[in-house]
Amino acid sequence: MNAMRYEAPGSIDEVVALLAAADGDSRILAGGTDLLVQMQSGFVKPGLIVDVKKIAEATTITAEDGGFRIGAAVCGAEIGEHADLKEAWPGVVEAAELIGSVQIQARASLGGNLCNASPAADSVPALIAAGAVCSIAGPKGRREVPVADIATGPGETSLGTGEVVVSIHLPAQSPRSGDAYLRFIPRTEMDIAVVGAAINLSLDENGQCSAARVVLGAVAPTALLVTEAADALIGGPVDDAALERLDAAARAACRPIDDKRGTADYRTKVSGVLARRAAGIALERARSNS
Amino acid sequence: MDGQGQDFKWIGKRTVRPDGVDKVTGRANFGADFSLPGMLVGKVLRSTHPHARILSIDTEKAHALPGVKAVITAADLPDIPSEEAHFGEDPTDFRHVSHNVMARDKALYDGHVVAAVAATSESIADEALGLIEVNYEVLPHVLDVEEAMKPGAPLVLEDLITGGVTPTPKDPSNIAKRVQFDLGDTEAGFKKANMVVERRFTTKPVHQGYIEPHAVVASTSEDGHTLVWCSSQGHFMIRAACAKLLGLDVSQLRVMPAEIGGGFGGKITVYLEPLAVLLSRKTGRPVKMVMTREEVFRGTGPTSGTVMTVKIGATKKGQITAAEATLAYQAGAFPGSPVGLGCMTAFAPYDLENVKTVGFDVVVNRPKATAYRAPGAPLAAFAAESVLDELAKALDIEPLELREKNAAKEGTKAPYGPRFGPIGYVETLQAVRDHPHYSAPLGPNQGRGIASGFWMNFGGQSSAVVNVNEDGTVVVTLGHPDIGGSRASMALMAAEVLGIDIAKVRPIIGDTHTIGFSDITGGSKVTFASGMAVVEAAGDVVAQLRERTAMIWEVEAEGVVWEDGHALPASTNVGEFEPLSLAQIAAMAAKIGGPISGRASINAKGAGPGFGTHICDVEVDRETGRVVVLRYTAVQDAGRAIHPAYVEGQLQGGAAQGIGWALNEEYVYGDDGRLQNPGFLDYRMPVASDLPMIDTVIVEVPNPNHPFGVRGVGEVPIVPPLAAVANAVENAIGVRMADLPMSPPHILAALEDKA
Ligand SMILES: Cc1cc2nc3c(=O)[nH]c(=O)nc-3n(C[C@H](O)[C@H](O)[C@H](O)COP(=O)(O)OP(=O)(O)OC[C@H]3O[C@@H](n4cnc5c(N)ncnc54)[C@H](O)[C@@H]3O)c2cc1C
Repeated sequence: MNAMRYEAPGSIDEVVALLAAADGDSRILAGGTDLLVQMQSGFVKPGLIVDVKKIAEATTITAEDGGFRIGAAVCGAEIGEHADLKEAWPGVVEAAELIGSVQIQARASLGGNLCNASPAADSVPALIAAGAVCSIAGPKGRREVPVADIATGPGETSLGTGEVVVSIHLPAQSPRSGDAYLRFIPRTEMDIAVVGAAINLSLDENGQCSAARVVLGAVAPTALLVTEAADALIGGPVDDAALERLDAAARAACRPIDDKRGTADYRTKVSGVLARRAAGIALERARSNS
Repeated sequence: MDGQGQDFKWIGKRTVRPDGVDKVTGRANFGADFSLPGMLVGKVLRSTHPHARILSIDTEKAHALPGVKAVITAADLPDIPSEEAHFGEDPTDFRHVSHNVMARDKALYDGHVVAAVAATSESIADEALGLIEVNYEVLPHVLDVEEAMKPGAPLVLEDLITGGVTPTPKDPSNIAKRVQFDLGDTEAGFKKANMVVERRFTTKPVHQGYIEPHAVVASTSEDGHTLVWCSSQGHFMIRAACAKLLGLDVSQLRVMPAEIGGGFGGKITVYLEPLAVLLSRKTGRPVKMVMTREEVFRGTGPTSGTVMTVKIGATKKGQITAAEATLAYQAGAFPGSPVGLGCMTAFAPYDLENVKTVGFDVVVNRPKATAYRAPGAPLAAFAAESVLDELAKALDIEPLELREKNAAKEGTKAPYGPRFGPIGYVETLQAVRDHPHYSAPLGPNQGRGIASGFWMNFGGQSSAVVNVNEDGTVVVTLGHPDIGGSRASMALMAAEVLGIDIAKVRPIIGDTHTIGFSDITGGSKVTFASGMAVVEAAGDVVAQLRERTAMIWEVEAEGVVWEDGHALPASTNVGEFEPLSLAQIAAMAAKIGGPISGRASINAKGAGPGFGTHICDVEVDRETGRVVVLRYTAVQDAGRAIHPAYVEGQLQGGAAQGIGWALNEEYVYGDDGRLQNPGFLDYRMPVASDLPMIDTVIVEVPNPNHPFGVRGVGEVPIVPPLAAVANAVENAIGVRMADLPMSPPHILAALEDKA
C-alpha cells in the first residue's frame, strides 16, 4: 500500500520548501479536475500532494499595469464573474468558461489547465494569443515565462523540479483590439476540443489589421502560434479574402493526429473554419472597442 | 372490459412517485450503497487481449499477499453443460453466461474477466490483481461482422455450428444462426413495383449508458445460505443464474432488489453477481463488488453493430408491393444478438403482402451483446424507415402519406405471423399530421424527418400481494424491479380498484423469498403484466372485504357490492346498512376472519403491440458537419397512460437515447482490438444541453387484454429516432446517411463526396 501525504500551506515559499524536501513523485493540486481523475485511474500515484488553494497570490485576480494578474488556482467560475477582465479579454474568459461544466467550473483553474499540458486545453490558445506571461516560483527563486513556453508536449512542461506556477499576467489590451476563442466539439459541453482556435487582433485608425496572433489547439503536440495565419490578416482589411487566406494558413500549419476524438483530416479542415469564425468575432470586438 | 369510456378516479392522474423523495435526497439505496461489517472488496482481472488462449493462470503470489482472502478462476466454477436460459426476449445459454462471467480456456474480448479476488481493502485487491500471472497465447481476432462471416476468419468459438440452415454445416464458423421470416412472395411483389429502392446500412455497437455501474454485495451464512443485494432488472433472474452457474439450490439464494439506476436491457444478465456469491462462499465473509465505468464499457452491454440491406418496392401510387431485409448483427463473443427481433419488427408498422427478412447472428471478439431497449428493432427500423423515406421521395409522395397508405391496422397480418388486434398506428400518423410541429417553417440548412417504430411488447409471469393494514392503509408488494416508475402506476391501479386515496397505498418491491416468481423488468411488460397481477390481487382484496362485510351484516356475500372504497348493500332487498369503508372493515378484521390479504400470480397474455411516430428537425453546419436537433416530437399509442408523466418520460428518454445513437455514440476500437473510449468523455452520449425539450403526444387506443387498456410503452420510443434523424439530415443537406453514427466527420465527408 502506498501512503499519500497532503499539505495545504499558506504561502508559495512553503510550497517551494515542501517540493524541495519531497522525494518521489509530488504534485501540485489546484482544482484537481485533471489530477484526481488521473489518480483515480491509477495513471499517477503521487506521494505528496501540495494544495495551492490556501495561498492568496494563487487564488486572486488583481488589476496590474492596465492588465490583470490571475492567480494560477483561480477557478473558471470566478474568472467568468470578473466583469473588468471579461470586458478586456472576452476571448480568454470564454475559453476558461468552456472548460467542463458548471461543477467543473467551480474547481478548474488556468494553472491546472496549463500545467496538465493537454494539447486540447481550452484556455491555453487564448492565453497565448493574448500574450500572457506566467510567474513561476522554484528553488532558484522567481522567473517570468510566456504561457506559450510552458507546455513542451502532451503532459510535459518546461517547469523544473520543484517549480510552481503562481499566477498568469494578461497585459493591457490595446485599443481597437479584440480577442475570441472557439472550439469544436461534437456535443455542447463535457467534451474535449477536437480543434480550438484563438485570435487576438488589432485594427488601426483606418480599420486595417495592424497586429494579430492566431493560436490553434488540439492540432499539434502543443498549442500552435501560427505566424503565417496572423500574417494573412495583418496589413489589410479583415475581409473575405483575408479570412480565406487565414483559413488556408491555419490548415497548412496543422500537424494533428488521428485519434478517437477526430481524424487528422477532419481536424485540419475544421481548424481553418474555426480560425475564420473566431477572427470574425474578434473583428467585431475590435470594432466596438475603439 | 377494455377500459374505454370508463370514468377513472386515479388512472391517468399525475401523482408524486413513491420513490421520488428518497431518490432526490440521495437516501435511496442503489446497488453500491449496501455495506456489512467485515465486508471484503472483490475485484476482477480482465483480459486486455481481444482473443487469446489462456495457457495457465498462476494465482499463488496473489494468494500469498496479506489481506487476500480468496482468488478464483474458471477452475473454481462448475463446468456446466449447455442449457437454454430465458431471461429476456431472446433465449441464451447458461454455459455461455458462465463463460462470459469468467473466461474458460479462451479470453474472447478486451475486458473479459479471467480471475477475481476478495481482499480486506480495495488497494490490496488491486495489488493482488497485479500479482496474478496469466500466460496467454494471443490469437488473431475479428471485430467486424462481415469479416467474421468470411470463410477463414478467426473462429471466436471453435465449436460453433450455424443453426437454422439445412443441411447442418459440418464446419464451425462465426455465424451462430440464420433466421428467416416470410410472408407472400417478394419476387412476385417486386415485379409489380414501379419503383424499387435498395440500400446498405451499417451501424456501430452502442452501450445502454445507464448511470449506475453494476454492483453487488453477497453474504454467506455458515449453513450455506447466501443473501445477495444488487440492482438488476430481475432479482429472480439473478437468483436463477447464480444458482445454475454455481450449482446451488435456488432456495439457498435470497436476492434483495436494490434501487436501480437504469438498465435499459443491460441488466437482464449477470456479471459480478455469481463471482461475489462464490467469493463470499469461499471466504465466509460478505463480499462487495462494484464496477468502474471503464469496466462497464469494456465488460457489459452493448447492443449489436450491424450491416443491413433493405429493399422496398412500390407502385406509382405508393402501394408497397414487396419488402426485403438482410440483417447481420454482431452478437459479441457469444451467440444471441437480437437479430431475430430485428427481422420481426423491421416492417411491422405496414400492411404488406410480400415480406422476406433474413437475419444472421454473428459472433465477434467484442463483449457479449445484451438487450438494449426494443432489442434489435431500432437498427432494422433505421434501415427500413430510411428506405421508405427515399422511396417516398423517388415517387414524389409525402413520406407521411406513404406511411398512411400502407399502415397496419386491426386485422393486418404481421410479417412475423400473428394478426394484429386493435392497434393505434394510424392514430399516431394522424396525430403527427395534426401537430403544429409537422407544418412549422424551416430555415436554411434545416431539415425535417419522420419515422415510425414498432415493438410487440411482452407479458409473462408476474406476482403481486396486496396487504390491508389495520388502519386501512395498504401495502402492495411487487415482483419486478422498478426501473421506469412502475411503483407509481401499480399504486394508481390498486387505488383505482380499491377505491381508496393514493396516499393510503404504499408500493414496494419484494425480494425473491417474499413475493412469488416474477420475470425480469423488460419487454415493456411491467405496467401491463404486473398491473394485471395488481388488479387481480386488489380484486381479491375487494372480494374479501365484501365477505367480511357480509359477516358483519349477516347477509350473503353477493348481497354486498364494493363502490368507491366502501361496502354497500347490493340492493334494498339485502337490507338497510350504513356503508362501511375499507378502513372501518380493516379495523375490525381481527374479529371477522383475520388479516385481509389479496394475492395474484399470473402469466399475463395479450400484450398489445405498440407503435410510435416521431418528427425531428435538425440543422446541419455544412462547414463542420455538426448536426443540432432543433425540435423533436414523439407520438405514441400507450393504450392507456396510467401515469401520463411517466409515459411521457419514457417517450422522451427513448428519443434522447435514439438521438445519441444516431449522432455520436460509438465504440472506438484500435487495430489491437482494444476499446479506446471506455468512458463518458469519449463515448459521446448526449448531455442535457445537446437536446431540445422533447415534445410528446400520447395516443390512447386501449389494449382489450388489459383491465385498463395498458400497452407497454418503454421500448417503442427508441425505435424511430435513428431514422427520424437520418431523414431530417437528408432533408437538410440532400445526403442520405446510411452509416451510423452521423458524427461531424462522417457528415462532412458525405457532403464533400456529394460536391
Ligand atoms: C468532466 C471534465 C470536463 C473537462 N472539460 C474540459 C474542457 O472542456 N476543456 C479543457 O481544457 N479541460 C477540460 N477538463 C480538464 C480540466 O478540467 C482542466 O484541464 C482544468 O483546467 C484543470 O484545472 P485544475 O485546477 O482542476 O487542475 P489540477 O487537476 O489541480 O491540476 C492539473 C495538473 O496541473 C498541475 N498543476 C496545477 N496547478 C499547478 C500550478 N500552479 N503549478 C504547477 N503545476 C500545477 C497538477 O499537479 C496537475 O498535474 C475537464 C475535466 C473533467 C473532469
